[in-house]
Amino acid sequence: MTGAPPRDRPILSVRDLHLAIAGRGRHTPILRGASLDIAPSEVHGLVGESGAGKTMIGKAVLGIQPSPARISGGSVLFEGRDVTHLSERERRALMGRGMGLIPQDPMTSLNPAHRIGAQIADVLRLHLGMDRPAAGARALELLNEVHVRAPERVLRQYPHEISGGMRQRVLIAIAFACRPRLIVADEPTTALDVTVQRQVLALIKRMQAQEGASILFVTHDLGVVAKICDRVTVLHGGRVLETGETRRIVEAPEHDYTRALIAATPRHDRPGDLLRPVPEALTARLNAEALAYDAAHGSHG
Amino acid sequence: MSWTFLFRRLLLAVPTLFGVAVVVFVLLRVVPGDPIAMLIGPGATDADIAELRRLYGLDESIAVQFLYYLRDLAAGDFGTSISMRQDVMELVLGRLPVTIELCLVAMAMAIALGGTMALAGAYWRGRAGEATVDGAAGFILAIPDFLWALLFILFVVVFALDGLPISGRIGHDVGFRGATGFLLIESLARLRFDAFGSVLLHTVLPAAALALPLAAIVARVLKTSINEAMTQDYILMARVKGFSRARIVCREALRNALVPTVTLTGVQFTFLVGGTVLVEKIFSYPGIGNMAIDAVINRDLPLIQGLVLTFAVLFIAINLLVDMSYALLNPRMRHG
Repeated sequence: MTGAPPRDRPILSVRDLHLAIAGRGRHTPILRGASLDIAPSEVHGLVGESGAGKTMIGKAVLGIQPSPARISGGSVLFEGRDVTHLSERERRALMGRGMGLIPQDPMTSLNPAHRIGAQIADVLRLHLGMDRPAAGARALELLNEVHVRAPERVLRQYPHEISGGMRQRVLIAIAFACRPRLIVADEPTTALDVTVQRQVLALIKRMQAQEGASILFVTHDLGVVAKICDRVTVLHGGRVLETGETRRIVEAPEHDYTRALIAATPRHDRPGDLLRPVPEALTARLNAEALAYDAAHGSHG
Repeated sequence: MSWTFLFRRLLLAVPTLFGVAVVVFVLLRVVPGDPIAMLIGPGATDADIAELRRLYGLDESIAVQFLYYLRDLAAGDFGTSISMRQDVMELVLGRLPVTIELCLVAMAMAIALGGTMALAGAYWRGRAGEATVDGAAGFILAIPDFLWALLFILFVVVFALDGLPISGRIGHDVGFRGATGFLLIESLARLRFDAFGSVLLHTVLPAAALALPLAAIVARVLKTSINEAMTQDYILMARVKGFSRARIVCREALRNALVPTVTLTGVQFTFLVGGTVLVEKIFSYPGIGNMAIDAVINRDLPLIQGLVLTFAVLFIAINLLVDMSYALLNPRMRHG
């Protein structure tokens, strides 16, 4: 691992995290000693192909990993406190003002049975103790801040009545509603079409700058990372291959895999370049390294 | 839901009712059994019998009888009961409120019990709580409504539960004669709480017998659809929002799980209404189900026809109400 250490005391520090999915006598490692640090107000990209374990890190940070997944080693320090073994009650207390989530799929992440306004107001009432009118007024403000058109009407609408881009704006409003110190953004633009992607990305960046929250930005898209992230961690097979300032990673990658990822990413400044998929030999080598890691460390827990 | 939808559904009910009328009419005249034979005394002559046949129109061919029947139906005349010598429409309408109240109480019990079981099962997903709910639902469902009725009576007799009446609809000592037949509603509206309590007490056991199988079905279907809703992305969002599990099950998942449950509950509710035939008889509960059994025993053709048509109207009305409730439950269907 390379790259300058974070400037301040990290708000989030994932230390040597091991996580495996257990089921029917099989033990499938997902994270193999992954570590990363996020400083206050930092936007930290977590990049990798599907199956790299990046979404699982995001879920482990929020404490919402699926039930067959077990954290078998390491820690997740949020503001210095290990959050991997919190009780459900302690975890819930951390949500809202501590952490938030911008989910991957805006089409399915809002409850179809409740009005938009109620879905923003409920977190305000739960975590900030607002009464109904105050929460309603604040929800309207938030919709204005995320540039939803006709916010008064949207408050009273149901999710199916607004577009995917608008729904993602609503989810961003929910994520920022209680001014959390950390937001996990799990591929927040993947499900959107390209023009909307750019607007939503700009919105996340603007809200982040305004609120000063740190963001763990999970994505497979280095192009998105280059636009929004201060620092990047490259993940493969649940192992961190490289971490550092975004500019350094993009312009002078040290790991072969990072170079291969960059070669596989379309670039606006060089539109004529042919895209090359990650070479199979490299993937095979990385997979062999992951298996060797498992053999050397035994199965955790 | 629009008025055209409602109108179309009501229009569709006409051929359905016509079909029911044809089937019942033909069926009743094909099966053996003679209403006149039930009516006459031992010393009647052949001439008396022929006279009675002519009186009730039974001397004509089936086709002609049916045409007369249809002509009368169109005029709102359901005929005259052979065994009770009264207008069928009056007889049925006099008893219908009894059965409607019984079914509504049973329905409320089924929803309350089944809903509680489903919520408990979904809350304790994958733990002993869910297994208990599944086991209880399976057990309840294995026993049909009329057997529950008999079991209840057995319990009351064996344990001498004198407070729980097993026969009739209201205590004889309660001097309350309603004007409408909806005794529960009427006694409450007139603040006659003694009468209300008496009717409710008489209704508890037959309603419970009717409710139990439906409650088990509601518990199963609702629990399955809550569990299914609990896997959706918006539930993950609710967890990130920091909501408690109880709140997530009841506020986030339940609402989305209701539509499939209401569909099935509506269909099953028609079985509950059908179940009144035996259960009312067992508890001597004076509704149309009880009346139907007597009508069949007496081969009272006009009364049977009137009752079957009444049940058909009830079934159609229930299904219409179920369809209308979708729009209320599912916001996505409101602008169709």
